[in-house]
Amino acid sequence: MSKYIALPRWMKKAPQRLVVYAFLIFASIMIFIPLVILLFGSVKTTGQMYSHPYSIPNPPYWGNLMQILKTPSFWNMLKNSLIVMTATTMGTVCVCSLVAFVFARLQFRGKNFFSNLFTVGLMFPINVAILPVYFVLRQIEQIGIPMIDTLWGVIFIQIAFQLSGNILILKGFFTAVPSELQDAAYIDGCSNFDFFWRIMLPLVKPSLTAVGSLVMIASWNDLLVPLVILNSNRLWTLPLGTMQFQGQYGQDLALISAFVALSAIPTIIFYFFAEKQIISGLTAGAVKG
Amino acid sequence: MQLSQFIHDKHSVQENAPKNQRFQNRLVVILFLLPALVLFLLFVIYPIFRSVYYSMYDWKGFGPAVDYIGLGNYKKIFSDEVFIKSIKNVLLIITLSLGLQLPMALVLAVLVGRDLPGRSFFRTVFFLPYVLSEVNTGIMWMLLYNADPERGFFNAIFVWLGLQPVAWLADMSVVIYAVFITLTWKYFGFHMLLYLTGLQNIPREIEEAARIDGANAIQNFFYITLPLLGSTIKTSVYMSVLGSIQQFVLIWVMTRGGPVNASETMATYMYRFGFVRFQLGYGAAVAIIMFILCMIFSLLYQALTRKPDYLSGL
Repeated sequence: MSKYIALPRWMKKAPQRLVVYAFLIFASIMIFIPLVILLFGSVKTTGQMYSHPYSIPNPPYWGNLMQILKTPSFWNMLKNSLIVMTATTMGTVCVCSLVAFVFARLQFRGKNFFSNLFTVGLMFPINVAILPVYFVLRQIEQIGIPMIDTLWGVIFIQIAFQLSGNILILKGFFTAVPSELQDAAYIDGCSNFDFFWRIMLPLVKPSLTAVGSLVMIASWNDLLVPLVILNSNRLWTLPLGTMQFQGQYGQDLALISAFVALSAIPTIIFYFFAEKQIISGLTAGAVKG
Repeated sequence: MQLSQFIHDKHSVQENAPKNQRFQNRLVVILFLLPALVLFLLFVIYPIFRSVYYSMYDWKGFGPAVDYIGLGNYKKIFSDEVFIKSIKNVLLIITLSLGLQLPMALVLAVLVGRDLPGRSFFRTVFFLPYVLSEVNTGIMWMLLYNADPERGFFNAIFVWLGLQPVAWLADMSVVIYAVFITLTWKYFGFHMLLYLTGLQNIPREIEEAARIDGANAIQNFFYITLPLLGSTIKTSVYMSVLGSIQQFVLIWVMTRGGPVNASETMATYMYRFGFVRFQLGYGAAVAIIMFILCMIFSLLYQALTRKPDYLSGL
C-alpha cells in the first residue's frame, strides 16, 4: 500500500536533483578556480607564491596590494578609466535614445534607409574597424583637431561603435510603449519633443539603466581603443595599464595578481549590484537582434 | 473627419497640424538623428571607404600614399601562410565553439531550467566571467597556464595525477586549445543566459502535455525544448561566430598570436601588420577582408532566419 502514498514533490525529485546539483556545482567550481587563485595570489608574498602557489595564503600578506594602492599611477589610471566610462556611457545613452525614439515612434521620409545604415555597424565591430578608424583619426589630427593620445578620441570612438547595438535595443523598448499613449499625448497637443521628454523618457528609464550598465562595462573593460589611441602613460586607462604592468613585472606573479585583483574587483562589485540591469539589457539585445 | 479615424491614423495628426508645428516636428527628427549620424558616418562608415582606398597602396604611414598597387595587397594576403593559418585558427575556434561551448551552455541551461532552487545563484556565477575584462581574464589564465608545475595550477594537477606537464601557451600544437578553454570560461555564461531566457519563453503546458503523452525527459528535450529554442539557438550561433571572427584581446594578452603564429587570428594578424610593423596599406586590406566576411555571414544569417520558425508564434 505504501506505494500509493503520494510523496512530496521534492522527495520524488530528490535523486535526480542531486545529480543536477553535483553537475552545476562542479561547473561553478570551474568558474571560481581562476578567480580564487588570483585572489589568493594577491595576498601572498612572492616567496609564498613560489612555495605554495595555490594554497590559502597563511598568513595573508597585504604588502603587494598596499604597494599598488600607494602608487599614484594606479589612481591616475583609475581616474582616466572613470572619466572615459562616464563620458562614453552618458554620451551613448543620450545619443542612442534620441535615435531610437525617432525610429520607433515617428514617421518620416528615409526612415528605412537610416535604420539600415545603422545596422552596418553590427557587421563592422571595433576589433575589425580599429585600423580603419586609426586612419581617420590621423586625418582629423592633420586638420588640427587633436584626437590621437587624447581621452576624447577614446570616448568618441567608443560611443560611435556602441551606437548600432544600443539603438537596436532601445528601439525595442521604445516600440513596446503602447501607441495609445502617443495618440492621447498628441490629442492633448503634445509636440514630438514634449512627448519624448515628458512621456517616453520617464517610461523607459529602466531600459536606459539597462543599456547604460552594459555600456559602462564595455567601456570600463575596453583595451583595444585605448591601446591604439593613447601613447602617454598619464592617459592610460586601467586595462591598458594592467597590460603594460604585466609586461613590465611579468615575473613577479604575486604583484601581478594583486594588480589584476584590484582592477577586477570594481567590476565584480558593480556586477553584483547591477546584474539585473545588465542581464535585461543583454537578453533584450540578443532576442531583438 | 470621424474622431475614431482621427485617433487611429497617427499621420493625420501631424499632417493636419498647423504649419509651424509640422516644421517643429521635422526639426525634431533632424536634430535627434544628427549627433548619432555625425559620429556614425565619421567614425564607422567613412573609415570603411578610407580603408578600401589605402588597401590599394603600399603605404607605410609616412606622408601620403603614393605607391598604387591595385589588388596587390589582397593577393599577398591570400598567399601568406600566416594569414591562412589565422583563418584556420578562426575556423577551429568557430567549430569548437559551436560543437562544445554552445552545447555545454545549453545543457547547463536546461539543467538549471525554470525552477531549480538556487537558479539565480547559478546564473550569477556562470555569467560572472562575461563581465570581467578580457585583459584581466587573460592574465589570470596565464597564471594558471604557467608551464612550471611549481607555479601553474594545471600543470600541478597534471603532475599530481602522474602526467607529464604541458607547456600550454608555449606549445604550438596546444596553444589554440588552451586559448579556447579560456574563451569558453569567459563566454559560455553569455550563451547560457540566452538559453535560460529562451527556456522561460516556452510555455510550461507544452512540456507537460508531452509528458502526459508519455514522452520521457530525453524525448522531451529533443522533440519539444530544442525545436522551440530554435530562434534563441540561431541568435547564439550568430553571436558566437561573429565573436570568433573578431577575437583579439584575449589572444593578444595571452600569446601575442604566438608561439610562431600558432594562435594567430585575423584580428591579431591585422593588428600586427597595422600597428606593429606599420604596413598600413596591407593592414587595411586585412580589415576589408574581415569586414566582408562579417557582412557575408550576417546577410547569410539574416536570409536563413527570415524563414518562419517555431518560436515566432510564441
